[in-house]
Amino acid sequence: MGNDCLLAIAGISKRFSGVKALDNVSFEVEKGEVRALIGENGAGKSTLIKILSGIHTADSGTIFFDNTKVDLKTPRDAQDLGIATVHQELNLVPSLTVSENVYMGRLPHKSGVIDYKQLHAETERVFQKLGVKIEPTAVVRTLGVAKRQFVEIAKALSQGAKLVIMDEPTSSLSAGEAENLFSVIKTLQSSGITFIYISHKLEELFKIADSVTVLRDGEFVATRDITDCTMDNLVELMVGREITTLFPKVKVELGEPVLHVDNLNRVGEFENISFTLNQGEILGVSGLVGAGRTELARCLYGISKPDSGHIYVNGQECIIHKPLDAVNQGICLVPEDRKLQGLVLKMSVQHNVSLATLSRLKKLLGLIDSKKETDAVNGAVSKLQIKTPSIKQLVGNLSGGNQQKVVLAKEVLANPKVLILDEPTRGVDVGAKAEIHRLIGAFVQKGGAVLMISSELPEILGMSDRILVMSKGRIVQEFGADEATQEKILSCAL
Amino acid sequence: MEKSFLQKYGIVLVLLLICAVLSFLSPVFLTAPNLINVIRQISINGILAIGMTLIIITGGIDLSVGSQVALTGAVVAGLLSSGTSIALAIIVGLAAGALIGFINGTIITKGGVPPFIVTLGMLTAARGITLIYTGGRPIYNLGSTFRFFGAGYVGGIPVPVIILGIILIISHFVAKHTVFGREVYAVGGNPEAAVYSGVNKNKRLVQVYTFMGFLSAITGIVLTSRLGSADPTAGTGFELDAIAAVVIGGTSMFGGEGAVTGTMIGALIIGVINNGLNLLNVSSYYQQVIKGVIVVGAVLMDGYARNKQKKPAKVS
Repeated sequence: MGNDCLLAIAGISKRFSGVKALDNVSFEVEKGEVRALIGENGAGKSTLIKILSGIHTADSGTIFFDNTKVDLKTPRDAQDLGIATVHQELNLVPSLTVSENVYMGRLPHKSGVIDYKQLHAETERVFQKLGVKIEPTAVVRTLGVAKRQFVEIAKALSQGAKLVIMDEPTSSLSAGEAENLFSVIKTLQSSGITFIYISHKLEELFKIADSVTVLRDGEFVATRDITDCTMDNLVELMVGREITTLFPKVKVELGEPVLHVDNLNRVGEFENISFTLNQGEILGVSGLVGAGRTELARCLYGISKPDSGHIYVNGQECIIHKPLDAVNQGICLVPEDRKLQGLVLKMSVQHNVSLATLSRLKKLLGLIDSKKETDAVNGAVSKLQIKTPSIKQLVGNLSGGNQQKVVLAKEVLANPKVLILDEPTRGVDVGAKAEIHRLIGAFVQKGGAVLMISSELPEILGMSDRILVMSKGRIVQEFGADEATQEKILSCAL
Repeated sequence: MEKSFLQKYGIVLVLLLICAVLSFLSPVFLTAPNLINVIRQISINGILAIGMTLIIITGGIDLSVGSQVALTGAVVAGLLSSGTSIALAIIVGLAAGALIGFINGTIITKGGVPPFIVTLGMLTAARGITLIYTGGRPIYNLGSTFRFFGAGYVGGIPVPVIILGIILIISHFVAKHTVFGREVYAVGGNPEAAVYSGVNKNKRLVQVYTFMGFLSAITGIVLTSRLGSADPTAGTGFELDAIAAVVIGGTSMFGGEGAVTGTMIGALIIGVINNGLNLLNVSSYYQQVIKGVIVVGAVLMDGYARNKQKKPAKVS
């Protein structure tokens, strides 16, 4: 262990009721580096982070921090040592101000009365260090995800963090916001702060990380300098096999128009939206977060009502005022946030998958035909290769990729003509991602039509037949699959 | 991971344990007449608690059930004492109950007012209407035939117990095997995801509150029949016993989880303890304290069991 080693993990193992989550994992992180930690869902990244942040305790193994053996029993222990974790689900109090959040638990006070002057000044100083401008008096609720993340980082810094662990920080950021985050990380890195950076987006590791550690099935696979790696290397290390086709686009003959949208408007969300979607087509929708893409999807699915404009399905104008109207027209939606809108985590895989199709599975008196249901669900589970011990398993216990497949299975089971996908592979590992892409391909091959919203440009470019770029609520450009490039799309979207 | 043994059957073990202790302490406890008596005593609370289970599964609450019982009982008694036929009086009573529930559900969904507030208002309002309707005095002279529903027997089994049994079986079946039941769980588990899946959330909520009103009316009829009169102050505090049974039975106050069968065990636990403490001549003051401790204790235990099983669930 060298002097420049900040964190050394030696032989860490952890089991959960007999299931191996981490098996004898050892590696070191040097002072001042940005270390990426990657692996498929279920590889043990989250468990490792939870051990480092004191949420779980390892069954065996030792952790050295700053060349001292440490015992992380509670989150407080980790915090006191200078290990801060920015979780995917941010831990802020939305109703309080930025500075109150940053100094929560350590608010400066004079005999119990908060000294706001000092509080705001100190918060201001922290943000100066970060190089970002956020009003200390702003209420957190009014901030976007990107800014909230900065608040979390500021909080970590103000607590004197030496090591900041970031769990998929860019999963809900737009490209521009991600760049801002990277520059903040770089700034802090130059002042000596060390990062462990977890992400499924391998492209961005090349921009931000110095080195990368790969876990697979709870075991340590390798640590490499990022400069020695290519995307393909990393993918291979993660899955232990070669994935040749990350975006297995299938050639499909386009058929009749199924969905035609004419001049759709919703004040404050999007305007003058017109496009046609054909059978067998994947129409990609690109744009920054806040460009109105999700709002458009919600409107087409009847979550919100348009102010004006027309929607035609198979040439017939239809009124869609609630999701049931959309479903009856053969339009289904895989929503943006699987935990919030896609799944009932407390219900089983079976009950989630069949939830949108119950009306077709019922017999007399509203009884569910349980044989029909089990057959349909089993069929979907095996077709989508959902990894679950049984269809009775609670969906909350599955990994992210498998949860996303459950959402997809639910919508595909409803046998829609048009499938709207909003960020279909967000927070999903490469293996599951390739499978989801394969399923989307199979769906259009059978004559389905897909409207795919995605913030991941490689996905948009790899999967789409045509690409619409949205900016500030409008469609600003349309590209054919051959003419589009990352640069062209980004320049339109900005 | 499916539910662990402890989580699934823990509450049954608690019931058996209490029964075992009581059968030691009192020779009368484990006799057929006493046990039938226990079940008859819990039938009122049991019927209400079944409806309350569905409501709590949706993530809601109904504080107005006690007042609903009083109002529907008074309506039926009023009709009977003015010479209306039993069948018609019961039908009107059931309709009145369903209507109160429908109003609760409609205000909750259309008005966007939290169930706690809406049903708190209904608790007061329905009680007030009952007092106005009866002039604050009990209604007597309901005829001897009507006593059948609360005090009659069929094949040695009290009629209220039979009614409870039928409602239990139907409700369990509806909750577990119908589209309605499945969607109720989904609405409670994640309302947003339910809506995104095409579930008509508001319709389901209105139906659940309407069903609660219907069950309150059945309770009102049984109670009025049993007492031989409709007292405008009847049913006070019934909502608390019903909620206690639901909670002891393992239904989560956060919604999305629970079962009417568990609630029935919860109602039995309350009933057995009441009965046992009476047999042991414990003063009713102490009984209240003990009941309170048991409600909180049961939920504590339940939370402990859940946490124990939740932690290892996330492996990623």
